[in-house]
Parts: sequence; C-alpha cells; structure tokens
Amino acid sequence: MPAALVNVPPKARRGDVIEIKTLMSHIMETGYRHTAAGDVVPRDIITSFTCRYNGTEIFRADFFPAIAANPFMSFFTVAKDSGKFEFEWIGDNGFSETASAAITVE
Amino acid sequence: MHRTQTRRRFLSLAGGAAVAGALPVVSVRPLQATPAMLNSAIRNVVGEAPVRTGKVTLDIPPLVENGNTVPMTVRVASPMTATDFVKSIHVFNEKNPQPNIGNFYIGASAGRAQVSTRIRLADSQKVVAIAQLSDGSFWSASAEVIVTLAACTEEVN
Amino acid sequence: MNLRFAIACASLLLAAFPLLAGEIPPNQRRSGYSFIAPDTKAIQDDDTANPGMLFVLDGETLWKKKIGAADKSCADCHGDAASTMKGVAARYPAFDKGLARPVNIEQRVNLCRANHQQASPLAYESHDLLALTAFVARQSRGVAISTGDDPALAPFVARGRERFMQRQGQLNLSCANCHDDNWDRKLAGSAITQAHPTGYPLYRLEWQSLGSLERRLRSCISGIRAQAYDYGAPELVELELYLMSRARGMAMETPAVRP
Repeated sequence: MPAALVNVPPKARRGDVIEIKTLMSHIMETGYRHTAAGDVVPRDIITSFTCRYNGTEIFRADFFPAIAANPFMSFFTVAKDSGKFEFEWIGDNGFSETASAAITVE
Repeated sequence: MHRTQTRRRFLSLAGGAAVAGALPVVSVRPLQATPAMLNSAIRNVVGEAPVRTGKVTLDIPPLVENGNTVPMTVRVASPMTATDFVKSIHVFNEKNPQPNIGNFYIGASAGRAQVSTRIRLADSQKVVAIAQLSDGSFWSASAEVIVTLAACTEEVN
Repeated sequence: MNLRFAIACASLLLAAFPLLAGEIPPNQRRSGYSFIAPDTKAIQDDDTANPGMLFVLDGETLWKKKIGAADKSCADCHGDAASTMKGVAARYPAFDKGLARPVNIEQRVNLCRANHQQASPLAYESHDLLALTAFVARQSRGVAISTGDDPALAPFVARGRERFMQRQGQLNLSCANCHDDNWDRKLAGSAITQAHPTGYPLYRLEWQSLGSLERRLRSCISGIRAQAYDYGAPELVELELYLMSRARGMAMETPAVRP
C-alpha cells in the first residue's frame, strides 16, 4: 500500500515563494545488494519524479540508486494562481503513483 | 590548447573547495576510487563547457550517522528572474558504485534555487553539485563527507 | 572495633548493591533523541519529512478497514483513535488477564484480530502490523510512560530486569554493561544510548524502514553474539516490559528516527 505524504501550504499570497515537501514510500533497492546465496537483488527504484502546477511542469527530478529509501524531496515554486499541484512518481517494474494537493492563492 | 584548458577545468573541479567567483586553479590530487567515472558522468551533463566553482552551496553533514540516509541541500545564488535563473542541478559522488545521485530541473518559476533530499553514500567520499544557469554556464561546489558504519552488525533474519 | 566496623560497612554495601548496580538516576535519564545528530533530529521533528509517518498514515487507513469473518474494523469498537488510543502505548507492555502474562502492542493487535475480528494474525514486522502499531503508538506522542504500574506485572518486570543484567553470548556482555554503565561513551564512533524505548516503533536509518522494539532487541542480542529470542517470546516481552518501566516518566516520541 504505497503512501505518499505531500505538504503544500494550503494558502499563499500571489508571488510568495513556497516550499513543497514530498515523501514517497519506496524501498529504492539499489541493485547492488546480494542475498546470502550470492545472487544480486535486482534494482527496483523510482527513476523519475514530476510536479505540475495547474498543468504546467514546475519541477522534475531523475532519481538514481543513490537516493535513499522512502525518497524525500523538497523544492520551491512561486505561488501564482489557486488550483492544484499534481505529483507523479515513476519507476522500475511499472511503478507509477500520483498524489495531489490544492492551494488557494490570494 | 583547448584540451589543456579542459584538463585545467577537470582538475579544478576535482580540487573541490568552493571558492566564490575564483579563477580556476590547477591542483594535482592523488588518484581516487573512480575519478574517471565521476568525470565522465560530469562530462555527460556538461559537455565541453567549463565548470566554475562558486554560486553553489552544498549542505551536507561532514560526518554522517548512517550512510543509508544522508540529508543534503543544494542552494544556488541566483535572482531567479525570467532572464537569469537556474535551469538544473546535478549531484554526483565519487565512490558509490554509480557516479550519479540525482538531477533536478527547476526553472525560473521556482523562485528559489534550492532542493533537499536524502542520499546514500557507500563510503567516505566527495560529493559534487553542479548547477546549469539560463545563460548556459555551469557552476559547482563539492564537499568531503565522512561515513561511519554501524557499530553492531545486524544478522539478517 | 575496626573489624565490626568493616563488617558493618560491607553488609551495608551489599544491601545497597541493587542501587549501586549502575541504574541511571531519574534526573540523568536521556532519550535516544539527545544522542543523535542535528540533521537526524530535524527528520524526526518534521511530520512532513519523517518517513515513519508514511507507516502511521497506512495505519490510519488500516484502522478503518473492515476485516475478518466478523467484518469489523478497529474503528468499529475503538472509534476515533486520537482519543481512545491516547496514552495506551505509553503503558504497554500490559498485563493480559486471559493469558496471565504481559503482552506487547503487537500481540494486543493480534489478540484483538483473533478474538473480536475473527481475522488471522499479522506476522511480526509485517508492513501492516508495523503500520497499525505505529498509528496506535503515535496517539501517545508526548504522553509520559507509565508501564509497569500494575502490581500484577511485578514478577515479570523483575525477570526482565534480571535478563537486562545477565551477561550473555560470546562477548559475555549484559545490556547493563553498555546501557547503564557506559552510556554516552563511543562504540565505533557512535554514542551508546541509555536504551530507553521512548519512540517505538521507529524509523531506523540502518533498516531504511520502520521497525519494532523487538527487532531492535533481537539485533542487539545478535550483535553481542548471543542467540536472540524469537519474536513474541515471553523472555523478549519481559525485557520490553522492563525497559519501558525503566523509562517511566519519559515522554513517548513515536515515530522516532534513529541511526
């Protein structure tokens, strides 16, 4: 049951620089670990994270195995209009999760 | 001549310490685990362009409690206007099995060129952050991090 | 005269031995939080950045999910966890009259599932059990630990304490050797804590996951090269019971973050 925790200020004034914080539940298996038998544990990571603000992409990240498990990501954007932030995580083995948060901009 | 200039940028990059707005410094460093991999990963992003030290601040604890989860913040000094902004930030390391850590694409609408995440470091090593600005220039900062291992090894059961 | 005096001193010392065993005086007790780096503290302090909260959120969902032959959710009996579960984890492990012995939170959840929901038990350290126990324990955040107040628990606390003091394993170490006598000293670069389980289940950076107190105890016991008790073994629950009662008065921090 992957859970995402996204944190966006519910209200902001137009022009404010706001911080967006996201946390996604994911093992981020590096592909460099071995079982006791010596077999490689296959890579299973989130490879890409995108944030859209009212449909426009405002932030994108490429993740590599060096990003820690349960990836945390904090970034900033300028509050423009009221509306919605949409977040998308895509990864190995068809991993695809989304989340959203609303904002009121005065 | 072009090759020598590029090599100077390589070495100044490997030199590490962020010196704001300084001229590139030629410094000789002892060979480390995978400097070639680190440099070619950087070249993949930067191409033939020079990389200057400055503008970028890499905030990472000098002594980490656990290499599995190392909090890291990269900040770039920039007015973040429509004509003068940070396009992207790229973070690399030198001793993990892979040189890339993450690429972060921001743009003018960010308002502040700052990203935070948590990374994995396999050993004590150097971490390098490179920012690409809207004018096509590249700026970098690096940090040496000491990674200790857990005192008691856990049995996987 | 001197001999009598010497014998009197010796017997006084012997009588006082339990106090001199190195138990940490109440005014010197410190949570594991005080031993960690500022960056790690910052992760614990921010609910929007604490990975343990991902498990708490999942637990909140599971709390309301109808399951088992009885088709009941936790919420059907316990209602709003924020009020009904407040303070509960702070007094666990607690005495179960039916079993006539202490049970920890994980066992209580499984007992509820069996007796009231007619559902199969959740495996120890499974995601769902961790999520539920994290959600329940989170409702006690800030509450002072009161485990062990029940007089029925006294013999079990005493046994847990004996186990805490008992040397074991190839390294012949007792828990007390490190956690009573040498806390704040360094073990391979990391500070030895006082071993107060104020934040369980917690997110351990080493595990890159949330884990229970039993997982941590089993790792420690393996670490001193002794045979670890199985999950849910009475010996382990008694040790948990002793540790929580030893931390009486300290505030719960679930979900904590530790290296």
